[in-house]
Amino acid sequence: MPLPGDQPGDQPGPATGASPAPAVLPGEPPGEPAVQVEGLVIRYGEVVAVDGISFRAEFGQLTVVLGPNGAGKTSMIEHLEGYRPAAGGRSTVLGLDPIRDHHRLTASVGLMLQQGGVPTAIRPAEVLRQYAGFFPHPRDPSELLERVGLTERARTPYRRLSGGEQQRLSLALAVIGRPRVVFLDEPTAGVDLQGRDLIRELVRELRAEGVCVVVTTHDLDEAEHLADRIVIIDHGRVVADGTPAELTSSASQDHLLFGAPPGLDLASMSERVGASVVEVAPGEYRVEADPSPTMVAALTSWLAEHDMQLADLRAGRQRLDDVFRRLTDERSQR
Amino acid sequence: MSAYLSQLRTELALASRQSEQLLVSLGIPLLVLVFFSSVDVLPTGTDEPIDFLAPGVLALAVMSTSLVSLGIGTGFERTYGVLKRLGASPLGRGRWIAAKITTVLVTEVAQWVVLIAVALGLGWSPPGSGWIVAIAGALLGTAAFGGLGLLMAGTLPGVATLAAANGLYLVLLLTGGMIIPLGELPGPLAAVAKVLPAAPLAEVITGSLTAGASVAPWAWISLAAWAVAAPLAAAALFRWE
Repeated sequence: MPLPGDQPGDQPGPATGASPAPAVLPGEPPGEPAVQVEGLVIRYGEVVAVDGISFRAEFGQLTVVLGPNGAGKTSMIEHLEGYRPAAGGRSTVLGLDPIRDHHRLTASVGLMLQQGGVPTAIRPAEVLRQYAGFFPHPRDPSELLERVGLTERARTPYRRLSGGEQQRLSLALAVIGRPRVVFLDEPTAGVDLQGRDLIRELVRELRAEGVCVVVTTHDLDEAEHLADRIVIIDHGRVVADGTPAELTSSASQDHLLFGAPPGLDLASMSERVGASVVEVAPGEYRVEADPSPTMVAALTSWLAEHDMQLADLRAGRQRLDDVFRRLTDERSQR
Repeated sequence: MSAYLSQLRTELALASRQSEQLLVSLGIPLLVLVFFSSVDVLPTGTDEPIDFLAPGVLALAVMSTSLVSLGIGTGFERTYGVLKRLGASPLGRGRWIAAKITTVLVTEVAQWVVLIAVALGLGWSPPGSGWIVAIAGALLGTAAFGGLGLLMAGTLPGVATLAAANGLYLVLLLTGGMIIPLGELPGPLAAVAKVLPAAPLAEVITGSLTAGASVAPWAWISLAAWAVAAPLAAAALFRWE
């Protein structure tokens, strides 16, 4: 389902008779990725926040940039938004340089900052109308307000909106100009479940319309449910890049994961199962060996002897958070 | 043009909604005008206090709006990421600053209309010839104080801008020849006041709107220097985040 205001029939008058699709920038080479990043480096003084990141994001796809806090996600996305100059590497958005050609890109790029960006005294209806005035073919502000579920709050000052309502308003601002590329920095942070569903639905609609959507998050569930492509970054570098299926199947599977009370005697258990056991997070353990029935039997008998409950046990196909934790752990242990 | 108008509409709506800003931009000048013209305790040096106070509060209104309202409002917009967000839109800096300037000028015109009407009601009789000069002085003062307001807004955190703008406002109110004539200040203090932007603004407006008076040349020099230097400093040092 397209967003309200997308059907040509919704737009009376000759001014909106033009294609409701977002304008294609002149000179945009066909077949180019919407966003391309090659060897991007961003520094703050001596601190290297982004250390040679490369990836592509395509039109009609949802690319999730996943990483722990401080991984360099926001620095990277703020470079693509035109805020942070690069210390090295090359990146393009719609074939243009995000910093040098910033002014040419503003009409075609929508974004959601991690927080704020709206005057505290302004009302949702006003700020949507304000931003609609900046673009040549904006979506209808009142329909968009309805779409993000804020019609009832149209005249409530921004500071009195809940965190989730503020995020939904911010998303509406990101798409009001019919952008071709949308950057969303932690869009569902602090949003309740209902708002989260609404945001995800809107994001899927953007993708269906052919928009390139780049979302940063540290929420694995979000990445797994939304993404066409996941780029995992940690300490300013890409540690994995692929579709959710590729990431969960290509990663090596020679281990077994289980949950049990935290603080188990790892030495004793390792001896019993005949392989190294590590506690990857409090109460979550990994056995570094091919999961065999014998090993599982040894594991459960050890737990039974020590009167410990087994919370869960996973072998074979991994969940994304297993991949994520292993990849980001490996780097920090290096 | 439509982006500029869209921004201007928002700026005007927000300016009219900030009651604390309305207090500074209209409440204090009106209070000064009405109270001290009725209670003759200030050493105004004129037969009727209103003849000194009326042009003084017109200068004060310019300072209130372009230094305090503009500075504090913009400072908080910067702190809350409003400027950062606008920077990613097609509005552009040129139209943003144009909308800010228009909002200040519209506010000042409204202030002057109210203050002049009240002053005339209180018996003020300014010479008809001085208005062009007074308006030219007000425009220079707007550039000087607007530059200072944006300089603070663009370099200090929002709360620090709030404190600095209000503190500066109070000091300049007392030493700027707006409610107390410069001649009443101790010599060294008056000399310092002349190189700050408030006293020359008050001198230009008072000198042009007082019968038989004229504007001292030092005032034009000092005011023009501020009107050039402050906006240049703001343009050079303003940080958008």
